[in-house]
Amino acid sequence: MLGISFWQRVYGRLIATWDLANYIKFFSSDYLIDSLTNSLEVTVLTTVISIILAYPLAYILAFKVPKRVQGILLLLSVMPFWTAYVVRSYSWLLVISENGVLNVFLNSLGLIDQPLEMAYSQGATVLGFVHFFTMLITLTIYANLVQIKPSYWKAAADLGAGPVRIFFRITLPLSLPGVVVGAFISFVIAIGDYITPQILGGGTDILLPQAIMLQISRAANFPMASVMAVTLMAVVIIVYAISAKHMKMERV
Amino acid sequence: MVSRLRNSPAYLYLALALSFIYLPVVILVIFSFQDGVLPVPPFNGPSLEWYQKMFENERLIDSLINSVVVAITSSFVCTLLGFLAAYSLAYRQPRFAKGIQFALIAPLTVSYLIIGIGLLVSLNIMGISKSLFAVGIGHVVINLPLCFAIIYSQFGDHLSNIDRAARDLGASDLQTLVRVIAPMMKPSLFAAFCLATTLSWDEFIIAFLLSRFEVTLPVIIFEMLRAGLTPEVNAAGTLVFAISFTVVGAAAIVMMMGSRPKL
Repeated sequence: MLGISFWQRVYGRLIATWDLANYIKFFSSDYLIDSLTNSLEVTVLTTVISIILAYPLAYILAFKVPKRVQGILLLLSVMPFWTAYVVRSYSWLLVISENGVLNVFLNSLGLIDQPLEMAYSQGATVLGFVHFFTMLITLTIYANLVQIKPSYWKAAADLGAGPVRIFFRITLPLSLPGVVVGAFISFVIAIGDYITPQILGGGTDILLPQAIMLQISRAANFPMASVMAVTLMAVVIIVYAISAKHMKMERV
Repeated sequence: MVSRLRNSPAYLYLALALSFIYLPVVILVIFSFQDGVLPVPPFNGPSLEWYQKMFENERLIDSLINSVVVAITSSFVCTLLGFLAAYSLAYRQPRFAKGIQFALIAPLTVSYLIIGIGLLVSLNIMGISKSLFAVGIGHVVINLPLCFAIIYSQFGDHLSNIDRAARDLGASDLQTLVRVIAPMMKPSLFAAFCLATTLSWDEFIIAFLLSRFEVTLPVIIFEMLRAGLTPEVNAAGTLVFAISFTVVGAAAIVMMMGSRPKL
């Protein structure tokens, strides 16, 4: 316990380093504000696409595949999530770079004659994130879906509801906590991630974590970096406040 | 139940999703065996050239050893602390239990980057310089909440009775913990250890911020990336993946066999 209280205090010290002057500087710099809005854009887009991709996957895993293989398929679907952060971003670079697999493939099909410039853009960052978070959100939604009691559907069907209505009135609302938890965790990780935008997004249109790292590695401006980190945390706290009432952490 | 035919769109989606998830991994592995200088098509046939090169790269091998050392020691510390915290919170009803639990779990929602900066500043104030030791501390900090959460979720009522029984029969606190509770919690302790190990093994930002000369493997790979795409990075990446997969797989299997699946 002593150790833990110690870390909490250590953490508090960081906050004690900022003063208002830096704060004003941050909010009056277009460049830094841009990085914040870029970050928000990428993160929100990522989260939405990931949910759209993950929901059907979780649904299929929960209800459509035979029980015997359910566990192993779920494991397969989320395994790369736990593994090799840097390498995963790098391997996407192999796929989408100028001479990468995807361009060569599309070219051989005759769909394009010039390689598409996909790497080193915000789109590439979003792709890398979506890949990552689809797995995570699948996991949280799945955990919620399997807890729904089949008797609810039976009751609804007995009362005359069709399959579509059952899905929208029963399955979807009951799995919402899983969606929200997954989305929240994705948001937190995505907005604070440096690696994916740095490797896939390149140096243009930088995101907030990249801007923070620049402050540290180039300028060694810790107070400024701290101000930006605090801003980042503030965003996370706001998002937490919005999503908190839908979240039941212990169910995941 | 529904017929197999009606499920075919579902299976198709599943197949597509899995190919999306595994596409980059497969490409990475294939081109680590590239016979040529670029890890892009055309594939010139299998060659172990780049693996040989990787094992001759001293900096890379040093960082690999550093990574293993940091991952194992930090995970061991995390698992131990997480276990003790979970035990006392579950059965000994300390004061402010809810607050302590919150304080333990809350850091899960803080970005690694922010924790990294916080550590950088505070370790600096405490006079601990950037080193492998600092990276180890960093990894304990980020993995402790997860270890605690996993282990805590597995403490149930059945263990509470056994805990009481052991103490009624005259076992001391330490005896109860080491000879009764810990062996019964083996699966989740093992799972927590494995997950902490893989996370520390892959972790970049904290290792990057807190190390100077003795770097870890992800940091080296990141540095190698600046020189552009080479099959050597693929080879190193494949190695990283293979080790992560093995450890996560082991954790998952033990968790599934051990007790109620919760994560």
